[in-house]
Amino acid sequence: MALSEFPRLGFDPFVELRRMQSEMNRLFSGLTPASRDFPPINIWLGDNSVVVTGELPGVTRDDVTISLQEDVLTLEGARHPKQEQDANWQRRERAYGTFSRAVQLPFRVDPDKVQARFNNGILEIELERLEADRPKKIEIRAA
Amino acid sequence: MAQEVRTVEQRTPQTAETGQRSAPRPMFLPPADIYETRDNIVVLAEMPGVALDGVDITLERRVLTIRGRSAASDHGGYQRVYNEYSDGDYERVFTLSENIDREHIEATLKDGVLHLVLPKAETAKPRKIELKSG
Repeated sequence: MALSEFPRLGFDPFVELRRMQSEMNRLFSGLTPASRDFPPINIWLGDNSVVVTGELPGVTRDDVTISLQEDVLTLEGARHPKQEQDANWQRRERAYGTFSRAVQLPFRVDPDKVQARFNNGILEIELERLEADRPKKIEIRAA
Repeated sequence: MAQEVRTVEQRTPQTAETGQRSAPRPMFLPPADIYETRDNIVVLAEMPGVALDGVDITLERRVLTIRGRSAASDHGGYQRVYNEYSDGDYERVFTLSENIDREHIEATLKDGVLHLVLPKAETAKPRKIELKSG
């Protein structure tokens, strides 16, 4: 207890300092781009299908591999920097290198009914729920 | 050199009373790579979700403004259940240190990345000075 160290003061002179320190830690945590998961994704749910979209600017169709195992969708690939001779770099903010991201889907999907397309750097993957996995309505027979 | 001009911080969301939009969309600073070759200044800016007609580039004197508006990613009949990114507008302003040949600027949009090739004006290019024997 910090208060007991300063019995005559009756207050803790470092309380404000500690508050500032924890505030700083909060601000700087997760600030580096590498700490963010790439690509960022959104998931959209329909009646019997799910759409996963991801922001992949600068990534072409050949740079990304989409795989599916049970209900886990995996996006893997690489972002390649543009090679330029005699370039004098003034700003390098875009991230490069390999990435891998696994997404747990809300249900099992039919691997034969997966559609993926790229549109202005947004990857859209549409997956359909497995027929056997769909909820079934059960009729109640009259007694 | 390309100096960045900060604009986003001062921006206040526009309300229905003041102007164009009723629902303010988030504003993003697109990450950019900028490099200089002997003849050109090249700007690469990441603006995923922006279509060709959503881009607006202006060069006024040496102030380069890049704006992009991403298309709404609504999926009819689908409900968003998980969200890591959102639609919005991109804006970034740079002040270029070189004079640009404004007639020959090339801009392309590929896979959500804006490629901007700004050729330096003849006067801004490095010139070799010949020494005359006296």
